[in-house]
Amino acid sequence: MTSYEIAIWVFMLSAFLGFELIRRVSPLLHTPLMSLTNAISAIAVVGAILITGEKDASTLSRTLGFIAVVASVTNVVSGYLITDRMLKMFKKRGPEKK
Amino acid sequence: MIENIFPALYILAAASFILAIKWMNSPVTARRGVIIGEIGMLLAVVGTLLRHEVVNYEWILIAFFLGTAIGVPIAYIMPMTAVPQRTAFSHACGALASALIGTAEYYRHMPHGFSMGALVLETLLGFLTFTASLMAFGKLQETLPTRPITFKGQNFVNLGVFAAAAIVGILLVISPERMWLFPIFTVLSLVFGVLLIVPIGGADMPTVIALLNSYAGLSASAMGFVLNNKLLIVAGALDGSSGFILAVIMCRAMNRSFSNVLFGAFGTIQVAAKQSSERPVRSASPEEAAEILDAARSVIIIPGYGMAVAQAQHKLREMFDVLSKRGIDVRFAIHPVAGRMPGHMNVLLAEADIPYDRLFEMDDINSDFPRADVALVIGANDVVNPAALNEKNSPISGMPILHAYEARTVMVVKRSMNPGFAGIDNELYYLEKTLMLFGDAKAFVGSIIKELNAAVASR
Repeated sequence: MTSYEIAIWVFMLSAFLGFELIRRVSPLLHTPLMSLTNAISAIAVVGAILITGEKDASTLSRTLGFIAVVASVTNVVSGYLITDRMLKMFKKRGPEKK
Repeated sequence: MIENIFPALYILAAASFILAIKWMNSPVTARRGVIIGEIGMLLAVVGTLLRHEVVNYEWILIAFFLGTAIGVPIAYIMPMTAVPQRTAFSHACGALASALIGTAEYYRHMPHGFSMGALVLETLLGFLTFTASLMAFGKLQETLPTRPITFKGQNFVNLGVFAAAAIVGILLVISPERMWLFPIFTVLSLVFGVLLIVPIGGADMPTVIALLNSYAGLSASAMGFVLNNKLLIVAGALDGSSGFILAVIMCRAMNRSFSNVLFGAFGTIQVAAKQSSERPVRSASPEEAAEILDAARSVIIIPGYGMAVAQAQHKLREMFDVLSKRGIDVRFAIHPVAGRMPGHMNVLLAEADIPYDRLFEMDDINSDFPRADVALVIGANDVVNPAALNEKNSPISGMPILHAYEARTVMVVKRSMNPGFAGIDNELYYLEKTLMLFGDAKAFVGSIIKELNAAVASR
């Protein structure tokens, strides 16, 4: 198999896995889910690091890479923190009221 | 030796992301999901920083610092009502990152064939999602008009720009050497993103936000194809399918198709329907409302975007406590498209400390309305409009709604008789059993609480 074929297999399988996983998420948590998947897709930071940190990167690609790292790190940091902040608020009815 | 670690780190990261999403299926395990997601991200970043291609660290470190400096305040200072805006903003950031990486990759290596195809897809989705998300952000923040903006031949123009971008993109795939085409391609993608959101109204935002989420993920996945990085493909595909499913759920909850949301320009058709607003309605004072609530055994509260605007969720929680203490069964009925993004109402009510086992989905609570003494509608409109069930030619015809009209008494807190976002008259308001409570939601609920407490004191 060529590397492209493998890549397409990987994509196909993870897309279906994604469908199955998300379908099971309760609508209660759709907002935190969206901010979590957002933080996860900030994995683009990997590509951004590779481009910015390259040995003889041109000014253009270093600038573009730099902005990309800033944008994705913003997403990683705010995405995870805010998901946790939201999830902390979801409480069951406390024992004192039962 | 150390080279062998990276693939392992990436595989572990991918597994962590999958677990993170899996654990989101219940509020009990969800926070664990966030932690494993953070670990996955850490593994991926460390694994990348250690790679031998990465030699120049100073710019990366500065960027890390900047990104953290922007991200931390956003996460902590932002009020919960601004969650839809923040989500739109982060879609914009993510899409921008992947579009810029695609651009850099083009000028660096000028890939051919399959890789170039993926690169074109990555930058197209990236740039259009970037501007579209910024537009959505503007509309949610209300710096841009929230009403849909339409003009003659709009769909023609939009499709024309998209077709042009697609043709230029295909030409680039055929011969990437035509470098002058790339800036044109970029501009066309950016413009299409703007045009896509111009005709979208506030009520359609949940679908659009979910769709943009999907595009941003797919763009990251396409980047994985360009850089031949499986971790990017997996993470992007998870995000892409997540956004897509949410968009499908939103569309189903409105009984509309994707194309109808994107090209339908809701809100322009119903101008004719507005005339009938002169009909009489019954209104009530906080005192009367409190009396009815006090006498009820079962109350179902239906929140909508108006509750978020009025910041009424904390007052609502107070009322919830007062009523619950008297043994009245208070539940919340949440329509899937209530608010401006999927799950918006749940987050706001959770913020106000309302236990999540009191929040019910539409399908779980609709059969209970006939047994409810009071349905209290706060800032919701179209999601309780019986026209969706009864009128064939209504723009919301066929949309599943919360059956508030079946409750013994319906109370609607509303600022005035102005029609809601969709601009459709609501039959519910003219029913014999409906009481309109005119006023600001927060203030009105506040006075109801006062009356309830006064009633206790005088007993």
